[in-house]
Amino acid sequence: MNISLTIPKTLDIAAIRQEFPILNREVKGRPLIYLDNAATTQKPQQVIDSIIHYYTNYNANIHRGIHTLAEEATADFEKTRDVVKTFIGAGSREEIIFTKGTTEGINLVAYTWGRKNIKAGDEIIISTMEHHSNIVPWQILCEEKDAVLKVIPINDAGELMLNEYEKILGPKTKLVSIVHVSNALGTVNPVKEIIAQAHAVGAVVMIDGAQSAVHLDINVSDMDCDFFAFSAHKLYGPTGVGVLYGKRELLESMPPFQGGGEMIKEVTLKKTTFNDLPYKFEAGTPNIADVIAFKSAIQFILSIGKEKIRKHEQELLEYAHLELEKIPGLRIVGKAKDKISVVSFIIENAHPQDIGILLDNRGIAVRTGHHCAQPLMDRFSIPGTARASFAVYNTKYELDELVNALKRVVKLLS
Amino acid sequence: MNPDLSIMETEKEIIAEFALFDSWDDKYEYIIDLGKTLPVLDAKYKTDENRVRGCQSSVWLVADYKDGKLFYQADSDAMIVKGLISMLIRVLSGRTADEIIEAKLDFIREIGMTTHLAQTRSNGLLSMVKQMKHYALAYKIKDPVPSKN
Repeated sequence: MNISLTIPKTLDIAAIRQEFPILNREVKGRPLIYLDNAATTQKPQQVIDSIIHYYTNYNANIHRGIHTLAEEATADFEKTRDVVKTFIGAGSREEIIFTKGTTEGINLVAYTWGRKNIKAGDEIIISTMEHHSNIVPWQILCEEKDAVLKVIPINDAGELMLNEYEKILGPKTKLVSIVHVSNALGTVNPVKEIIAQAHAVGAVVMIDGAQSAVHLDINVSDMDCDFFAFSAHKLYGPTGVGVLYGKRELLESMPPFQGGGEMIKEVTLKKTTFNDLPYKFEAGTPNIADVIAFKSAIQFILSIGKEKIRKHEQELLEYAHLELEKIPGLRIVGKAKDKISVVSFIIENAHPQDIGILLDNRGIAVRTGHHCAQPLMDRFSIPGTARASFAVYNTKYELDELVNALKRVVKLLS
Repeated sequence: MNPDLSIMETEKEIIAEFALFDSWDDKYEYIIDLGKTLPVLDAKYKTDENRVRGCQSSVWLVADYKDGKLFYQADSDAMIVKGLISMLIRVLSGRTADEIIEAKLDFIREIGMTTHLAQTRSNGLLSMVKQMKHYALAYKIKDPVPSKN
């Protein structure tokens, strides 16, 4: 049988939309057009069902219980770990740590690996396009340790200036923490190259994968990053779940992040020995239901295929660029050659907040403001942008509606 | 403001104006028009000190006290916010501190702008109302028995 004959060439977006119940709702009397996917994606029915199924049938605390419910819940929880391991190409399941989200993953590394390894005078490199989550933990660490935070600048297109990176990279560099895909610009950074160069000077590399994990094929082994953090809720999964991948030898050498249940081997009032990976970093009862539902989200993505999703989103991105630029006074911020799924823009004489309110009034959800990337906004000397970001369920029709609504915004505010 | 009307009466007037619009589009168009007609605040007042915290956009508010009454001037870089401020000024400017402190400002809900009150972080209408009332409170403390000079 020739399988390729049974697979349609283009995605059946109408059928995919059917899987997202929220897309049936109206906002301000109009069908919802959800273009805030870089903030969080909507959830397919199978993810919602998974949460309901867990609480309805086998809710129990995991790992310690010996009763049937605890066994079932534990098995399902741990199954997600295996699915994630394969999804991001990790070497072993012990390298997959469940967190609350990307922010917690980065903080975990800053507070454990960072506190242990960063000394006075050491240097940490980030970039101008980082989300505050990948700036503030390092600032705190640098302040505490008297270390130095260095920043890779970006060009007008919104791309990292790699020649500048080479200049600041040196023997004092202990860590490079870089965003894989910019949340505000959509720029895809050449992380493999960045990682190789950092490793050449003996630095450890953390990748903020909050925006990339849903769009790009992630293979942490091939990428050779030391840490990679991302959030489930940006991958059609539930909020409150994230993953921190870390190379085993690094994770093993790191002190625990938080103390409590789950993370211990033995506790006496004098001394505690810590549990093995990955549990050493998972103190307390985890977010069981949502970790289990995260598996359904990954299965949803895999059932369609990342490549097909990316192709669809890329078409939307190109179409959005083409149509938005026809609007008088509109300027797209961030025009990197390698870019995905995000269009940030400003309109002459229109504050992003006005744009956001007026679009919402047409049932269109976009994000406005500084996108938790104030240094980046400063770089472009703007207070913020309006940002439309796409997911598998978005359509060209929705972009036409966005463009029409924006034309009206321009007319109203001029 | 119309000095012949009380706060309540001015609020009712605004509610009646908004009742004429059948769609949200029309409401916002009107608010934007109000914003456009709000007098521009002199640049010397656009200081950090006069900035209202909690707004995604920049909002500056200044209050003058004259003959026992407060007079507000405000500006913003966002047009809808300017329109909302212009309504607040129409209702509250030229009133005594007590009147301002006690104003319920139900018209905001009545004209359907409650979302702007709830999302303090992004819109800051609530911050503006609070700031206007703070000024009133400050002048009330400074001048407990309003002098007519």
